[in-house]
Amino acid sequence: MAEVNREAEGYVDLRPPVMGPGQNFNSIAKKIGDIVLMRGFKKGWVFGFMIAFLGSVMMFNTIAYLVLKGVGIWGNQIPVGWAFDIINFVWWIGIGHAGTLISAILLLLRQGWRNSINRFAEAMTLFAVACAGLFPLFHTGRPWMAYYLFPLPNTMSMWPQFRSPLMWDVFAVSTYLTVSALFWFMGLVPDFATMRDTAKKKWQRVVLGMLAMGWRGDARHWHRYETAYLLLAGLSTPLVLSVHTIVSFDFSTGIVPGWHATIFPPYFVAGAVYAGFAMVLTLAIPVRKFYGLEDFITMRHIRNCCKVMLATGLIVAYGYLMEAFFAWYSGNTFEQFMMKNRMFGPYGMIYWLLILCNVLVPSLLWWKKMRDNLFVIFIISMFINVGMWLERFVIIVMSLNRDFTPSAWRMYYPTIFDFTMFFGTVGFFLTMMFLFIRFVPMIPIFEMKSLLPEAKVDERKVKELEREEGRGPIGSSPLPQYGD
Amino acid sequence: MSHRDHHHDIAPIREKIRKGIDKRREFWRSLEELADTEKFREFLHREFPAVNPSEADPSWLDPTGRRNFLKLMSASLAFAGLTACTNQPKETIVPYVKTPEGLVPGKPQFYATAMPLGGVASGLLVESHEGRPTKIEGNPDHPGSLGGTTVYEQASVLTLYDPDRSQTMLYLGDPRTWGEFLNSFSQDLEDQRKKQGAGLRILTETSTSPSFADQMNKVKAAFPQAKWHTYEPASRNGARLGAQMAFGQPVNTVYQFDKANCVLSLDADFLTSGPGSVRYARDFISRRRLTGGSNEMNRLYVAESTLTATGAKADHRLPIRAGEVEAFALAVASAVGATGLPSANLTGDAAKFAEVVAKDLKANNGKSIVIAGEHQSASVHAIAHAINAALGAPGATLYYTDPLEIDPVDQIASITELVNDLNAKKVELLVIIGANPVYNAPIFSGGQIFLDAMKNAPKRVHMGLFNDETAVNCQWHVSETHFLEAWSDARAYDGSFSIIQPLIQPLYNSKSPHELLAAMLDQGGKSSYDIVRDYWRPQPQFGANFDQNWKQSLHDGVVANSAPPPKTVALKGDLAAAIKPATPGKYELVFRLDPSVYDGRFANNAWLQELPKPINKIAWDNFAIISLKTANELGLASETEPQRANAKMIRLSNEGLTPLDMPAWVQPGHPDNSVTVYLGYGRQRAGAVGDGHGFNTYSIRTVNTPFIAGNVQLEKVEGEYQLAGQQEHFNIDASGIGVEAFIPESDDLTGRHIVRTATLEEYKKDPQVLHHGAHKPGEDVTMYPEWEYDGYAWAMSIDMNACVGCNACVVACQSENNTAVVGKEQVIKGRIMHWLRIDTYFRGGTDNPQVFFQPMMCQHCEKAPCEVVCPVNAAVHDAEGLNLQVYNRCVGTRYCANNCPWKVRRFNYLLFGDWDTPSLKLARNPEVTVRSRGVMEKCTFCLQRIMGAKIASENQNRTVQDGEIQTACQSACPTEAIVFGDIGQKSNPKGQAPQTRVAKLKAEPRDYAALGELNTRPRLTYLAAIQNPNPELGGDHSKSGEKHG
Repeated sequence: MAEVNREAEGYVDLRPPVMGPGQNFNSIAKKIGDIVLMRGFKKGWVFGFMIAFLGSVMMFNTIAYLVLKGVGIWGNQIPVGWAFDIINFVWWIGIGHAGTLISAILLLLRQGWRNSINRFAEAMTLFAVACAGLFPLFHTGRPWMAYYLFPLPNTMSMWPQFRSPLMWDVFAVSTYLTVSALFWFMGLVPDFATMRDTAKKKWQRVVLGMLAMGWRGDARHWHRYETAYLLLAGLSTPLVLSVHTIVSFDFSTGIVPGWHATIFPPYFVAGAVYAGFAMVLTLAIPVRKFYGLEDFITMRHIRNCCKVMLATGLIVAYGYLMEAFFAWYSGNTFEQFMMKNRMFGPYGMIYWLLILCNVLVPSLLWWKKMRDNLFVIFIISMFINVGMWLERFVIIVMSLNRDFTPSAWRMYYPTIFDFTMFFGTVGFFLTMMFLFIRFVPMIPIFEMKSLLPEAKVDERKVKELEREEGRGPIGSSPLPQYGD
Repeated sequence: MSHRDHHHDIAPIREKIRKGIDKRREFWRSLEELADTEKFREFLHREFPAVNPSEADPSWLDPTGRRNFLKLMSASLAFAGLTACTNQPKETIVPYVKTPEGLVPGKPQFYATAMPLGGVASGLLVESHEGRPTKIEGNPDHPGSLGGTTVYEQASVLTLYDPDRSQTMLYLGDPRTWGEFLNSFSQDLEDQRKKQGAGLRILTETSTSPSFADQMNKVKAAFPQAKWHTYEPASRNGARLGAQMAFGQPVNTVYQFDKANCVLSLDADFLTSGPGSVRYARDFISRRRLTGGSNEMNRLYVAESTLTATGAKADHRLPIRAGEVEAFALAVASAVGATGLPSANLTGDAAKFAEVVAKDLKANNGKSIVIAGEHQSASVHAIAHAINAALGAPGATLYYTDPLEIDPVDQIASITELVNDLNAKKVELLVIIGANPVYNAPIFSGGQIFLDAMKNAPKRVHMGLFNDETAVNCQWHVSETHFLEAWSDARAYDGSFSIIQPLIQPLYNSKSPHELLAAMLDQGGKSSYDIVRDYWRPQPQFGANFDQNWKQSLHDGVVANSAPPPKTVALKGDLAAAIKPATPGKYELVFRLDPSVYDGRFANNAWLQELPKPINKIAWDNFAIISLKTANELGLASETEPQRANAKMIRLSNEGLTPLDMPAWVQPGHPDNSVTVYLGYGRQRAGAVGDGHGFNTYSIRTVNTPFIAGNVQLEKVEGEYQLAGQQEHFNIDASGIGVEAFIPESDDLTGRHIVRTATLEEYKKDPQVLHHGAHKPGEDVTMYPEWEYDGYAWAMSIDMNACVGCNACVVACQSENNTAVVGKEQVIKGRIMHWLRIDTYFRGGTDNPQVFFQPMMCQHCEKAPCEVVCPVNAAVHDAEGLNLQVYNRCVGTRYCANNCPWKVRRFNYLLFGDWDTPSLKLARNPEVTVRSRGVMEKCTFCLQRIMGAKIASENQNRTVQDGEIQTACQSACPTEAIVFGDIGQKSNPKGQAPQTRVAKLKAEPRDYAALGELNTRPRLTYLAAIQNPNPELGGDHSKSGEKHG
């Protein structure tokens, strides 16, 4: 709201624009819609897709072998019962958070700049959560029995155990997936309609027509759309906080030193947003270049993402600091040893690598010059992606491998299948992203249009109109005309 | 069959058919046959087993069978109605009707029998389910057991069902019948009979069986010029020759540790190995119990080479080269005033140690024991006898009897003589009974191996449990019965006789050694039962009423009052001449029996192979044990990656033989410049489990150096070898943190208070010194409501002062609970499935640390961390306080294992259980689920035994008596370190003093919970370890060694 009002009052926004110059309603619809509606495939897309698809095949093969043989094909053992499986789960879930944050929280905060990247980020969320969900399912010893985790009525009146954080996880993640999917689809409806109207082929019109669910751009449609979208945003907002809080409970309710810490919820949420934004940049920078979308995903977006990363990165660094402080201050042998082991134990290198990736390298973003250099940003975001994975390694494996009973201490070593599963999900994720980019408008056309000066409506005039006509509000957004 | 199979892949079949035609096979029945497909062969085998000789039932090959087929057929028809009259041999075996106190037989029946090992029997009660023995328990009435067992007895039931066991007679590898063997054998014997047996040689292992001796004497009478040789690696030659040296005659020494205040072990691991170790451990620990207000403890000094379980229990331990034990013994001898011995040549710490020990021994005159190690030289045994004599031990704390062996010979000399005869081509018929000399004989002079000599005998017969290295090199192999399958007899460590009664008919076409000897005596067809019974019938031990006494003996598992009387022997005046001091070289090599696979005979026993050896916790391999200093000298990088036990290789050369490359294992507490290797590995034909594991150390073991090689060469060679350790070792981690973590001297570990210990003096002053610094949270500090128990509340107490780390409980648990074996690769990965493990902790410097054993299993917490995190309610608390794991409900998230502070939960990462091998199915306990892939499992406190006792007591309308339920680990424990029982109100009414044994132990001041400060309130608590050091040696022996950084 704020932005609109200020502009209406003659306030000049000196910040760089969120859209490049020279765009109009038609050019936006064409530029974005054509990526989907074009004939054939770009060579680069085909190449990238093939590589990603190979990754997915690797994932499916690994899963097949896993179900056939057992979790033992991975390196997990006793005491390290969770390793790559849960690391990857938390990592993917974390990545998903950026999407929800961008779509929901920034929407509620009326951050207009989010409009170009939100769908992209939402899709990322959806696919990341799908990847994440694979792990808790297939890391169980008997995945075909995983339905025991759902509170299904049965003749034995056996219920899941509601005290277990894994149980909370089931609800948290499935809710998250559902709401994210709804949110994403919801946002796509007006664009499907746009594309339906511009599509040349009949089958395209039919398919898109079904997806558009009869959208005609009626004011009533817009009204309901806006309300529903806001409601969903409101629903998603607590999810950004709750999902990763609950994921952090998987650890913090445990007794294991290095897990059992009260700082986990905020620390995990910040880490998730951190990782998510890094992934958004990792994906957006090349896509923007490849499809020439510099006018829609502008440097302002990228800079803002950098700033969010700086902020959340600081919270994460504070978390690391506090973990060390608590260990020392607790006076507890186990906690102190845990920290000592993290820093100087056999996996010590990984801890310092984590500090490098998540604290030191991202500090470069304090310099404006760095925030303007796409290449540097891309590299930094890669560092953060790796760093956040390492963070989970440090928390999960390095806490378990040396906990209370020294006789049970044991080093963890991953097997080839740990890697094929992880890189397989990366491949699967990218496959889905490639498909998304090609077949769905990756930037919300209507929201981009709303950023055009033509779309601005003088709020005061609208209010006057409302008062004169004695009607209720006619929707807070300008209504672009379709089909002209 | 054929018409259905035309749809499979046609190209390769066509190819084979073409080849078949090329071969011009003239007749064929089907295309499948021509193509020789797998399916066809399968079909052929099913329909006509005789065509496939390797798997055929030998009766198919029996010519008489075919010839008499019609005759038999008609006879069978004629007698079909008379099957009830089948003439079954009457071999009465007697169930254990009167159970000992605390043992209620449920459905399974228990029979007393005995297992001979190294000839010496230990008494057993074998649990039998519907006629199949499934679980071995010690026989409380047997003097050598008193209810305890060793790992070998516990695991023997698996050998019985081993699918790799020899299953039939073989001639040149082809199956034959016993009848065919007898035909061939009797002809050979007939030839020998003509020459009075001049070309006949019989080789057996050590035996104490009087009926076997009786038969053997008859064989010797029938073949006067035949020779009988005895050899096995664990020959106890030193003890036998030492007695000969000291007394002029072989004697058996029986020690009575319960009477000794002060014990000196000269490289003897008397607590966990050798005959009588189970009884010795019980007796020894009975003087260290410190329960019920007792404040008295015996004191144990150990001067030893390899760090053994006995050394771990020592109050003072001196790491000393095996070759220097003699000098040490002489120093002690001269200090206690033993005469007729050469003067000692000992300096430094060892001299001081010897002096103090001698002083303590003398102060306990008549209440002390000096015991020499089985593998030590005859001289050391003789010196030990002399010291004991000087201390007035004979008659007070030990006594002598006639030797147990039926043939107490120098076994090295015996097999050397055989080899000489073989080389001289004097041997025409070699009969090997039970022994496996091709694998385990020493190297003879000139580097000759037994196999080369053996091939000089034109006719060779081997009888054994396995088609092993010796069997394949003999024309005839006779399948031998397992001790649970055939009648025999044997003597306990003190000479008592036991009848070995079978629990089951032979599973395969096996014969017992008695039956083989009977065949040599024209007693052919006489069963082992008759042979054994007929021997005993006239013996005085059974008196006039033979049948009744026989039944009684079978029932008791021991022949009443059959222990030989003590024998008075006089020490020879001058031993000095006989004792020749050795001239040691730079490095010495010590051969020891493996704590798991013994001399290699148990190599195919997966339970034993996967058993982490005491102290070093490594399974599936042998290795060269050296000290840290020696390792550094040899240039083995000290920063060996410790976590995967990637060991560097060293090369061992002895007497110019082909050197042996082995992985080096750095063991704190091992003497410098000494190498210990275990025997029993590197087998070629042990079976699917045992083949190819470890290194054959017999290849560098010569007749001159059967146990101690004084001068060997060591060098580092390139390469690494991966050992499978259950417990990780941080002692050689160069990063520093490992060492600190491993040695609880540092705050890191001491602060955990997992192992609590004090000296006796400190403990007497203030028992609470044990719990110093340990935080015990208040009972009310908990979020969840308290459990209510109105019935039983099961609990356990483990006395760390009593645990000798022998591992018997680990195998007992595996046998009782059908725990899977995972194999070396999976052990390396950290997926060993043992529900119970013996944690080993070291304290003090790496040159001579103190060692603590802590049996670790599910602690059955009141506030169990595993229960709250299970999302599907598979880990639940029961009404009697047990943490249960519901396998059917478990989906395998593994959160419970992560959240278990003791890490005692085990996960079936793969399908570890053997679901296919038919014979192994028989070995399983029918009362325990065989777990499948993907579920978590852990110790249940032997829930099936609890339920059995509860059902029995409820049927009799009473409560479960204290001691009625014994968990598998508890009943196997030689030292009664583990006590299980009820701490609930049923047995211990409120407001009264604790009634049950376990409740009383929990009230002891030594009682503590491992990781008690986590406030999970384990039902399993430990009694702290107390040491009784001699103030003259610096009080605490951990401080007598060099203190670590």
